[in-house]
Amino acid sequence: MPLLELRDIHKTYHLGGETIRALDGVSLDIDSGEFISIIGPSGSGKSTLMHILGCLDTPTSGTINLDGMMIHDASARQLAAIRNKKIGFVFQFFNLLPKLTVRQNVELPMIYSGLSGKERRERAMNSLSSVNMEDRSKHRPSQLSGGQQQRAAIARALVNDPRIIFADEPTGNLDSNTGVLILEMFDKLHQEGRTVMLVTHDPEIAAVTPRRIEIRDGKIANEIDPKLAGEVPKFDQFTDIESKKLT
Amino acid sequence: MNLGSIIESGFKEIWAHWFRSLLTMFGIILGVASLVTMSSFVKGKENLLKDSLAESGGLERIVVDDNDDLPDYQKHLEDEANGMTLKDVYALQKNAPLVYNVTPVIEKRSYRGSLRVSRKDKRVRYASVKGTWPSLLEIEEHELEHGRVFSDMDDLLANPVCIIGTQIRNDLFGEYDNQGEEIIPIGEKIMINYIPFKIIGMFKQYMSEEDRKKKEEARAAGQTVARRDFRAAYMSGDRQSGTAMRIYSMKNSTVMIPINTLVSKLDSDYDRGSNMDRSLSKVAMNIYDVSTLEKSLQQVRNVLMQTHKGLEDFEFETQEGFAGDINLSIQNERISGMFIAGICLLVGGIGIINIMLSSISERVREIGIRKSIGATNMDVFLQILTESIVIAVAGGLAGIMLSPILVNTLASFADGTTPPVMTAFAMAVAFGFSVITGSLAGLFPAIKAAKLDPIQALRYD
Repeated sequence: MPLLELRDIHKTYHLGGETIRALDGVSLDIDSGEFISIIGPSGSGKSTLMHILGCLDTPTSGTINLDGMMIHDASARQLAAIRNKKIGFVFQFFNLLPKLTVRQNVELPMIYSGLSGKERRERAMNSLSSVNMEDRSKHRPSQLSGGQQQRAAIARALVNDPRIIFADEPTGNLDSNTGVLILEMFDKLHQEGRTVMLVTHDPEIAAVTPRRIEIRDGKIANEIDPKLAGEVPKFDQFTDIESKKLT
Repeated sequence: MNLGSIIESGFKEIWAHWFRSLLTMFGIILGVASLVTMSSFVKGKENLLKDSLAESGGLERIVVDDNDDLPDYQKHLEDEANGMTLKDVYALQKNAPLVYNVTPVIEKRSYRGSLRVSRKDKRVRYASVKGTWPSLLEIEEHELEHGRVFSDMDDLLANPVCIIGTQIRNDLFGEYDNQGEEIIPIGEKIMINYIPFKIIGMFKQYMSEEDRKKKEEARAAGQTVARRDFRAAYMSGDRQSGTAMRIYSMKNSTVMIPINTLVSKLDSDYDRGSNMDRSLSKVAMNIYDVSTLEKSLQQVRNVLMQTHKGLEDFEFETQEGFAGDINLSIQNERISGMFIAGICLLVGGIGIINIMLSSISERVREIGIRKSIGATNMDVFLQILTESIVIAVAGGLAGIMLSPILVNTLASFADGTTPPVMTAFAMAVAFGFSVITGSLAGLFPAIKAAKLDPIQALRYD
């Protein structure tokens, strides 16, 4: 049974009388331990898909099964608990709280899952050392470089041992060298057996993942799956002219 | 998320913007301080009034006065109305078991010109000479500090003896001698209408608790304190306090003599025969139980209707009216004070709402981040609510700490009014109000924050 199972997901918005179909019948299976990228130009619906997969949003219709739980009609309270325990987010703008130290930021998810202060500290330090940030635990985010901030954000995403990690343009705000380091870190997480999903508009970044799904106009336009194809195709075979223009 | 970490994060957030938080707190600080200040002034006045009520005999005292105004159907019998006499006193002693200490009083006051209390070249400006029995001491809550009370024998023999209040002593002898010792003029002679009377006793000085404290402090410091005058209180518009202070002042100006002495020595114009027929200024008595006031009055009335041949030429004077006035005016002042303090707290609360709203609009992104990592709507709600309550509680505590300063400052500016009395109860109430204000003020911003859509909030910058 797959970790994530989407069936015929639709999401429509109503903006000033106009109906926008952000997602238009997406069906998708993601197995545990997969390393996937979702690619598509802005407005394609990839962010909406990630928000729905990440339990930040609910679909208009369709079913989602995450780790045996039907989350498409869960209450806000249940969704918050799922976000807390099963999902880790890494954002483009790091989204660390500027007033807290790095360690306090990493502790934040555990505060909401109600762990004791001692356990929080221990696990936060473990998580920070797994991204080689333990010596920066007392710094504030503003005292760190972009790469360090993103590593702290990854430590925060990992701290509650989630079933899946979503990374929304994780390198979008970093220079290319640092970006590569961060992508290597995701690859390492994948090697350790974690499920990681990258969301990006950049085909070069998507190229690091074995499985790539291209979203266009709210539909899955193209999919490369090593399980089906048997080998990892080269990147320029995958993408088309338009997504190249964007990069 | 447990309460400890919520409160902790609330404190952190407030500390991060300490100046803004302090400004916000000011509304609550002033509200709480004004609530405490108001209630301590009202309490001070209440204490004074209640003390003075007790000082004038409390609710247990009943006085029967003459009433010249007969009902219409008895108008033609006016000549038969003799007013209260000693006969009534004896009749009441025998026949009205619900009352005791039935005591006749004939009062003469110096300011009507019919009386002169003097010694050598000094005379008393205001004196109230009461010819009575010793039981009046109990009824009017007099306390003898020096000497003795006149005896039944003094009364029987119409001895020229008197007990004086301290104001009489002050006017005729002065308060302190050259060594600074209090003058106790027991055994001295004073003249009442040029007839010598021997001072056999002196009452203690009657004054409110606060005045006594002030006086003692001033004496310890070697100064004399200016006497607070009830007329000053009247003039400053505080009628009730004036009334209360007049009770003390009048008690201090009393000269008490045996009733027979008064009739035989000071009633030169009295020509109606027996002492028993001498009309009295009033008859004072105590009731055993305040709860039987109505019954007691009825009993006294029944007896007096007998002795007065059915003529209702008397009326009752009880302290109930005074007590009711006290309660009413205290209540009024409390309501108006509460109203002002309530407005202060309301303004303070609006200040909190304002600052919390601007704070959450600054922190939309933070709220989005917290939600994305698993904060429930309730977590966010409690976080914002806690911050608002922490501001209010801190403001409330600061207000309570500020209030003694405010009270003392105001009291030193307004020397003529009644001194304030601060109570822990008032502080607790004010503090409770600040907590309620904080909770209510935090409610709307907290709901607004909890309802934020995490996706929108994460995009916000």
